[in-house]
Amino acid sequence: MTVQDLSRRAFLTRTAALGCSAAASPWLTPVALASAPWDGRLIVIILRGGMDGIDALRPVGDPDFAGLRALEEPEIGDEAGFFALHPALAPLAPMWAAGHLSGVHAVSTPYRDRRSHFDGQDLLEAGTGFTPGAPRARDGWLNRLLQTVPGVAAETAFAVGQETLFLLSGAAPHASWAPEASVSLSPQAELLLGHLYAGDPLFAPAAAQALALSQEMEHTPSLAEMAEGETGMAMMAEMMEGRGGAAGGHLRLAEFVSGRMREETRIAAFSLNGWDTHNNQGRGLPRALTRLAEVLRALELGLGPVWGRTAVVAMTEFGRTVALNGTGGTDHGTGGAMFMAGGAVRGGRVHTRWPGLDAASLYDGRDLLPTADVRAYAAKVMEELFGLNRPVLQEAVFPGLEIGDLGPVLA
Amino acid sequence: MSYETAVLSARFGLGPRADGSEPAGAEGLLTPLAGPDAIGARYPIAGYADIAPAAVELRRLNRARRDAASSDEEKTLRQERTQLLRQQRVRRAQDLGTVLARASETADPMRERLVRFWADHFTVVGKQTFLRTAVQSYVEEAIRPNVTARFADLLRAAILHPMMLAYLDQARAVGPNSEVGRRNPKRGLNENLARELLELHTLGVGGPYAQADVRQLAELLAGLSVRPSGEMIFAARRGEPGPETVLGRRYGRRAPKLEDIHEVLDDLARHEATARHIARKLAVHFVADTPDPALVDHVAARFSSTEGDLLAVYTALVEHPAAQASERQKAKMPWEFIATSLRLLGAPGRKLAETPLRDVRRHIYAPLTEMSQEWERPPGPDGWPEEAAHWISPQGLAGRISWAMGVPQILMGLGVALPDPRALVEGPLAPLAGDALRFAARAAETREDGVALVLLSPEFQRR
Repeated sequence: MTVQDLSRRAFLTRTAALGCSAAASPWLTPVALASAPWDGRLIVIILRGGMDGIDALRPVGDPDFAGLRALEEPEIGDEAGFFALHPALAPLAPMWAAGHLSGVHAVSTPYRDRRSHFDGQDLLEAGTGFTPGAPRARDGWLNRLLQTVPGVAAETAFAVGQETLFLLSGAAPHASWAPEASVSLSPQAELLLGHLYAGDPLFAPAAAQALALSQEMEHTPSLAEMAEGETGMAMMAEMMEGRGGAAGGHLRLAEFVSGRMREETRIAAFSLNGWDTHNNQGRGLPRALTRLAEVLRALELGLGPVWGRTAVVAMTEFGRTVALNGTGGTDHGTGGAMFMAGGAVRGGRVHTRWPGLDAASLYDGRDLLPTADVRAYAAKVMEELFGLNRPVLQEAVFPGLEIGDLGPVLA
Repeated sequence: MSYETAVLSARFGLGPRADGSEPAGAEGLLTPLAGPDAIGARYPIAGYADIAPAAVELRRLNRARRDAASSDEEKTLRQERTQLLRQQRVRRAQDLGTVLARASETADPMRERLVRFWADHFTVVGKQTFLRTAVQSYVEEAIRPNVTARFADLLRAAILHPMMLAYLDQARAVGPNSEVGRRNPKRGLNENLARELLELHTLGVGGPYAQADVRQLAELLAGLSVRPSGEMIFAARRGEPGPETVLGRRYGRRAPKLEDIHEVLDDLARHEATARHIARKLAVHFVADTPDPALVDHVAARFSSTEGDLLAVYTALVEHPAAQASERQKAKMPWEFIATSLRLLGAPGRKLAETPLRDVRRHIYAPLTEMSQEWERPPGPDGWPEEAAHWISPQGLAGRISWAMGVPQILMGLGVALPDPRALVEGPLAPLAGDALRFAARAAETREDGVALVLLSPEFQRR
């Protein structure tokens, strides 16, 4: 459904409730029809705080791994048995087996040595400007991607969540919405607000869309309702367990993104926090990984028929130290892991040029050595999913990046 | 009060107070600016120098924790650290409460608007734990006392402030041929501050400078640093031996000196391109996203002829016919929407300044984030966007609607009675209120809805 349809539906519902005639309603605001430039769907998840790639995607086949991390038995691995997913990601086993989930290891942005979340995240989202003191980009790489596509509509890309997402900031139009936002007004207040905004080119369209999106959030089938069939229901029951049947904030994100992407939206981005595991990560990391696993499964469920055309990319600002620190956690490091999920990806495998965990192979004597640029994999996904060519990716989207020969990442 | 006066008051000030008092025209806005900062004195905010000792203490606790002999000792130190950090968070919340208190009660409202404008022009973001709570102390110390001085004074205070040196990575920079640089070849220059100084703070992005100027300026700035105690110092041992050439002029000799930096800042402050850049920014912020070129010319000319005397520059801005246009093209930014609402509703300053952390979180921090303006977290050194369409987005407007609907609860906490919406549109907002707003104030089902509609009206949100 387009935003126009939404506004109209919301408007009809309301006017019916108020018993007004359509002519008297102030809410008939024309909204531009979205036109999607591609059929593929891209979802970018920023894992804020620095995910520990060594623990999330464990190199169990590396002879030095066991000595660095004393850990319980992992459950799912790649074919060669070299990598294994953290047990908290076990719910993703079916996705892995279906070939809809892959890992990328020993990757990072070119950001080095300072290990600040603030700068690391800014640079990950800017996708350029890594030389210290280099000009700071004024837009994010997903926005620069949109800038290369003529006639892109605002609804093509959605920044989801309350915080300003630098990744999508820039000159190209995009929409944003926080699933937590809701406009709850009495019918009379809503009608009066419509009269106040009537004819105002700034306030009228924004309010119409806010009301439409807010009402759509109420009317969108919830994940629980989407969960058709036995497996779906079981999955939801398990995810809702211990939450009193209500979806957590992260599931609301997935729910909203799914709803939009089944319509005109082709690109969405949001953040998942909670990866900065300095203390006792045996307790903290499983929580963050559980949320990630739930989000991916909720997206699979919610995207339904378009899951097959979807690629989800989950990336983080940097990895963490290879060795545990004195408080059972890990400190800010360099190389790390990323995940790719979706029916469109070539899954069940880990893409990597593994550098090794022996002391001589580490970066700075402490961190996993990055052997590839995390941006190259993001670019590769866009190349295959949207048919973008290399000059666009290497000059406009990620200026200065060399994608190189990575082999196919999508199915 | 005429429509024109009310527009001017919203455009350059903070609109009417509950009792209907607001500055009478251009003179009413400009005259108090020339006097003392009375509201700042009534509701003080600690300067950076006053709070820096807490940063020293925090570092001491971090070190002591690392070296703790026993787990008991470690635990005690951890609790002390938690306590200290909490105090800083409480102070940060009270700083915001104080910002709102000043806005609510001041008879000198253009000063508050100018402080926010210049704090945004010289944006800093706290990147580390302690600095995250220190932003307003920078504003209080470097920006506020200088908003009515010369631009050169303001520029020097902002650029040489420890917060700016930390934010734009200057504090770690080392001249490659300096005493320290020769011994540590891995350390070097950082061009970040030099670049933003030319691009954002003075000449502007299209300004007459090249990469070589950025590089030379970075060499000139090398040596600026921050003492562990939090003061700015110039460490000559890290300074690059000169001279350096910036925009065709040579600065410094062999031995690096702070005075060379003062000299280049003064020259940049009075540059023709700086005059145009600042004039345009003022016009965009206060008047229109695409301002009348005649307005920009007029303000830039005054900037040049007075060598950046800011009071004269503001006078040029306010007196120009284009700045008094009746069409209101700008939308209030979220902080301004909240501040002017509280002012209109008569929120008492003393209570605002003492708002507990919990209430600041609920009623101010979280709503600002929902309106897309997370407090003290602008997206980059270029500060917040200006365009009205950026702020009045579906999400941003949804945030404003939620906040407006929650106003009765906020007023209850402040001990203020909810006003009659009809009194608002017939009283303080009378010159601006259109027919639809007058009707809405009467026709709302409840007093709460009525007040929310008044705050949400284009008449109140545009300026």
